[in-house]
Amino acid sequence: MSETREIRTDYLARVEGEGAMLVRVRDGELEEVQFKIFEPPRFFEALLRGRQFTEAPDITARICGICPIAYMASSAAAMEQVCGVELTPQLQALRRLIYCGEWIESHVLHVAMLHAPDFLGYDGAIELARDRRDLVEIALRLKKLGNELMRVIGGREVHPVNFRVGGFYRAPTVAELRALVPELEWARDAGRELVRWTAGFDFPDYERDYAFVSLRHPGEYPIERGRIVSSTGLDISVDEYEEHFTESHVERSNALHSSLAGVGAYLVGPLARYALNYEELSDAAKQAAEEAGLGSVVRNPFRSIVVRAVETVYAADEALRIIAAYERPDEPYVECDPRAGSGHGCTEAPRGICWHRYRIDDEGTILDAKIVPPTSQNQKTIEEDLVGVVGGSLDLPDNELAHRCEQTIRNYDPCISCATHFLRFEVERL
Amino acid sequence: MTRPTLAVWKFSSCDGCQLSLLDCEDELLAIAEGLRIAYFPEATSGAVEGPYDVSLVEGSVTTPHDLERIQEVRAQSGLLVTIGACATAGGIQALRNFADVREWIPLVYAAPDFISTLETSTPIADHVQVDLELRGCPISKAQLVETVSALLNARKPRLPSTSVCMECKARGTPCVMVANGTPCLGPVTQAGCGAICPAYARGCYGCFGPMESPNITALARQWQELGAGDDVMLRALRTFNANAPAFREASYEHE
Repeated sequence: MSETREIRTDYLARVEGEGAMLVRVRDGELEEVQFKIFEPPRFFEALLRGRQFTEAPDITARICGICPIAYMASSAAAMEQVCGVELTPQLQALRRLIYCGEWIESHVLHVAMLHAPDFLGYDGAIELARDRRDLVEIALRLKKLGNELMRVIGGREVHPVNFRVGGFYRAPTVAELRALVPELEWARDAGRELVRWTAGFDFPDYERDYAFVSLRHPGEYPIERGRIVSSTGLDISVDEYEEHFTESHVERSNALHSSLAGVGAYLVGPLARYALNYEELSDAAKQAAEEAGLGSVVRNPFRSIVVRAVETVYAADEALRIIAAYERPDEPYVECDPRAGSGHGCTEAPRGICWHRYRIDDEGTILDAKIVPPTSQNQKTIEEDLVGVVGGSLDLPDNELAHRCEQTIRNYDPCISCATHFLRFEVERL
Repeated sequence: MTRPTLAVWKFSSCDGCQLSLLDCEDELLAIAEGLRIAYFPEATSGAVEGPYDVSLVEGSVTTPHDLERIQEVRAQSGLLVTIGACATAGGIQALRNFADVREWIPLVYAAPDFISTLETSTPIADHVQVDLELRGCPISKAQLVETVSALLNARKPRLPSTSVCMECKARGTPCVMVANGTPCLGPVTQAGCGAICPAYARGCYGCFGPMESPNITALARQWQELGAGDDVMLRALRTFNANAPAFREASYEHE
């Protein structure tokens, strides 16, 4: 008689958006693993058609309330490329600075409030606060600082208003940014505390030889620009993405699985950035990583929580560096005149590269848009991790196995709202 | 005394409005002491069975399943508060409501999985009774804290019904239309954001939706004089609150 064991989570908690998971084991053998995205599609690529090129940052920001800057920065970069415009170094630095705010806000939200409870056996951060209020308060203060950086430059935390193709509507004054320095200095130290805390968690013994993919730019840890590189030797411009990466539809999901030619599944996000750009981390971030015993490459996905904390230290440090060098630009933006053509933009969202392509006409009307967010790129790797983790943990009782699987998915900080708007690809499948 | 219970629900949305609750860093732990967060999957895997005293509902209705689910949410909720432009007006995804259906249908129905997607995105109040709505894309944290605090004290929250212009005056921001000739939706948009855009040297883009009885015709004439014609006004009205009745009806004048 065959015995089937099904482990199912119908609504994944502590992730952004609506997802589910299914594991089927038959006669002690793993038969099927699914990480399913059922978030309803919102058709961004379609609704962008006919809009002005200047509207892309504000509209695409609404793909994700957790990482709006990623969408604003990638779409703006693509439009600037179409217009043949380069940001001045000051405006580029300011864009990097607001992005540091988003990294801090998003990373701390995930590390302390969504992911740490898995390792410590709590339902969430509010439950954790009952026993470890000190830690939760540090995390909230760090998160607040990330939001503050976004608010001072961008006007508000969620869907900032001060971001445009070509730069900003208003450049902050030196005094407005300097006022953030004491809290950022505190954050650099508090971030190290976060690294130490997470490094002490009990991590499942699981490693994989991932194909890491991230941006790389000479002399800096990648955030808002760079070429696309991989641990398998890829080194391409952002424009060449579609020649190397393909998306295929999987029946059960409202998002697409991405694949790197000749490699297959790949990983984007903190582990990839870290492995491919370790040398570019600031001294404080490297020290924090060393104290945590990380080495320069981390292949255990459960330890991604520690790498996120290291990147939080880096973002605070980098924000301090940018503010120290900041001079208010004469003009808050570079004028961008539309011309017919295609533009590509790619930046490092907290969860990994967020790639955009747009085609516009001479009037600046958007004719066509394609957006590839990080979570759909990681989806295939997440499922492969589930196979690996479940395969090695079949002796666990169902509830523990389910928890282990959910934890495996949360390693990726999946943003399911982002992953779902792949209408065009759905059509291409037929 | 038992603490009132709070549930947070998600429909079609970007998660930004429910994130605003977690963004109340200074108030979050106090809120969690004042009321019991009984169902909030984005923040906790612990869930308490309904009914709930207060439900915050984010997102718009875009699938047949949503149609059933919103009825279940209503049945389990004492007070139902909609949060944000998706829940109060249908959100940016309501642009599909204006699209040529023949153009959208193959996009929507080509893949079998998408059979369950509705042709429209509609606000929660089109389907069930809503007790209170918080506007905005995203909502204002200050309004959220005020609302929670009012509910805990059994009073009505203080929410403005005036235009964004009032907030510019209160903040001391010179009018961007008068001073810089920048088209601004402030005169017809409900206050609540704190008039952020004009303070950052840009025109309001209407993310809090129409104020009560807005005079959009008069504003459109002003915009014309500033060189912003029908196409600009049409796009401005058809963005994050495109399906809010006052913006929707006025937008047809500029097609």
